[in-house]
Amino acid sequence: MHLDHTHHGAPAVGADARRPDGTRRALRVGLGGPVGSGKTATVAALCRALRDELSLAVVTNDIYTREDAEFLLREAVLPPERISAVETGACPHTAIRDDISANLEAVEDLEDEVGPLDLILVESGGDNLTATFSKGLVDAQVFVIDVAGGDDIPRKGGPGVTTADLLVVNKTDLAPYVGSDLARMAADAKAQRGELPVVLQSLRAGDGVADVAAWVRGRLAEWTA
Amino acid sequence: MSRSALLLLADGRFPAGGHAHSGGAEAAVGDGRITGAATLAEFCRGRLHTTGLVAASLAAAACLGLDVVELDAAADARTPSPALRTAARKLGRQLTRAARATWPSTELDALARKFPKGAHQPVVLGLTARATGLGALDAAYCAAYESVSGPASATVRLLSLDPFDATGVLARLAPDVDRVADLAAEAAGRAVGQGVDVLPAASAPLSEIGAEAHADWAVRLFAS
Amino acid sequence: MRTHGVRATARIVARRDGRGGTSLPVLEGEGPLAPRRTRGGAAEARVVLVGAMSGPLGGDRFAVRATVEPGARLRVSSAAATIALPGQAKGEAHYDVRLDIEDDGELVWLPEQLISAAGSDLRVTTRVEAAPGARVTLREEQVLGRYGEEPGRLTSRLVLRSGGRLVLDQELACGPGAPGGWDGPAVLGGRRAVGQLLVVRPEFESAAPRARLLGGGATLVPLAGPAVLVTAVAADARLLRRVLDEALTAIG
Repeated sequence: MHLDHTHHGAPAVGADARRPDGTRRALRVGLGGPVGSGKTATVAALCRALRDELSLAVVTNDIYTREDAEFLLREAVLPPERISAVETGACPHTAIRDDISANLEAVEDLEDEVGPLDLILVESGGDNLTATFSKGLVDAQVFVIDVAGGDDIPRKGGPGVTTADLLVVNKTDLAPYVGSDLARMAADAKAQRGELPVVLQSLRAGDGVADVAAWVRGRLAEWTA
Repeated sequence: MSRSALLLLADGRFPAGGHAHSGGAEAAVGDGRITGAATLAEFCRGRLHTTGLVAASLAAAACLGLDVVELDAAADARTPSPALRTAARKLGRQLTRAARATWPSTELDALARKFPKGAHQPVVLGLTARATGLGALDAAYCAAYESVSGPASATVRLLSLDPFDATGVLARLAPDVDRVADLAAEAAGRAVGQGVDVLPAASAPLSEIGAEAHADWAVRLFAS
Repeated sequence: MRTHGVRATARIVARRDGRGGTSLPVLEGEGPLAPRRTRGGAAEARVVLVGAMSGPLGGDRFAVRATVEPGARLRVSSAAATIALPGQAKGEAHYDVRLDIEDDGELVWLPEQLISAAGSDLRVTTRVEAAPGARVTLREEQVLGRYGEEPGRLTSRLVLRSGGRLVLDQELACGPGAPGGWDGPAVLGGRRAVGQLLVVRPEFESAAPRARLLGGGATLVPLAGPAVLVTAVAADARLLRRVLDEALTAIG
């Protein structure tokens, strides 16, 4: 048995706030939510909104392809070396919650290769309402749902809706067409989440991601304080 | 030695990245080599006596304290497919992280420094077994079992195979796992005096070829 | 009928002759192993291994040692396929090949197939020691059984060291008594011919060809050293040779 607890080299614990050289690592924000709710579009919009003021990178967790990463590459929201895809063995929730080692390696490699970084966005593959990020992987998490997925999702709750640091109700522009009641969604979310914030957004508008971007800036200010 | 450490290390839920890899099963399902429980059983038997034996002997040798740099080179030489070398190092790096967090050890720290991008997974597995106080035969068992449990659980997802059929396959392989673990531990014991060249080098041509094809797939569930 | 295995060793040494060619100061065989120099090739010496007796049989121990000295060029082929047959003597037969290629030496080793006949039991070991500046092209083909026949027991190991560093170590075991699953979907999947083409070039250390598929049953992969390996499986010897010939042409 070896009980020497001193560590050198690569950190063994993902939640360590310091990198091996003693510098502060980047803030890691997770974005999760059901398939098609607009996670990748939100990540793309955040990159465009923040890339001129922050050094940032993205890790995607696709279910069975590298499509999300390829979408971000095609849209050229960031240089390719700042986008990394993790393969998840058909289980994105495992890769962001139960066995986070591949994601930790991806964020550390990004910091090593294109750092120093202020912010890393970790996008989950589209999964279900129970998929949340491990605290060992991210410092804060955003859960993205959309009005077209049903306006009863906030009422039903679930770990993502209830506990995420920020709940985003996306595609508000579609509400009239799909018969979703935005006021009810907001009230249900409030009832589920207490003081935790909720943003209703439509990325159709030019600055649609402004509220989420402002929230990210706030988290970053706390992180570097 | 604590037997419960062996259970923890061999548990498929041990957070070391194994869930994203199919052990060649996805490639084999893709070109029709695995179609159900019977072909899964034959796939696993062949893999166990080739890739599994090599992994088990590397793990046992690392557990006995053989030089990890030499063992890692021996693993490279026994893994012609660059796709499989990359997968083995990725998994080794992930296991290094999980093992250091779970069983702090100066030897694992030194391994992480020497191989920042990961050593071959069986080498890391053996060194982890050593850090927990397990023996070479335990390390061999762990690697041998992993070589078949990964493809079995992946095939459940890939073919919607009845999970009871998959566990039945693993149960019936138990005598083969015993034999492979014994052979591996025995070879590792000889390697202490005679060097790593005496470790088994059993190869599986279809698995090597399939791994390179799989690495080119645009759409896949598993990383390898 | 032989009741004891035969021991036979063939030795070849290739040396630069100082006139732009290669001489063979050592070229000797024993019993069933007979190396013969043939014409052709300006800079290289050409040798054909002639099997004077069928074999190897059970209990036989054959060995071939070839050394290519600095700057020399040697090309070795065989007159016919080698057939492993069951013998009167007990125990497995051994066929050991040891190839040393020194700096700036080149060896082209392209023997005919090894056929594992029903009831035979053969262990083949090929060890290649290449100096850092050496060039090697080596082909091995194993055919499991003569036409329509079950194979014998065959274990074949191929080891490459380059500059003392281990680059490749692969063993294939097949036939009756081989560990389980050898003919299953992870290993050979019913294919009756399997082969390797190993190519060592100093320039591959920094720039090796990229991994690629060569048809359905073969890959070309860069190894962890200055070498590439083609691994191929095929239904029969003819199809296998076609794939390996194409690979040989592609690598050049």
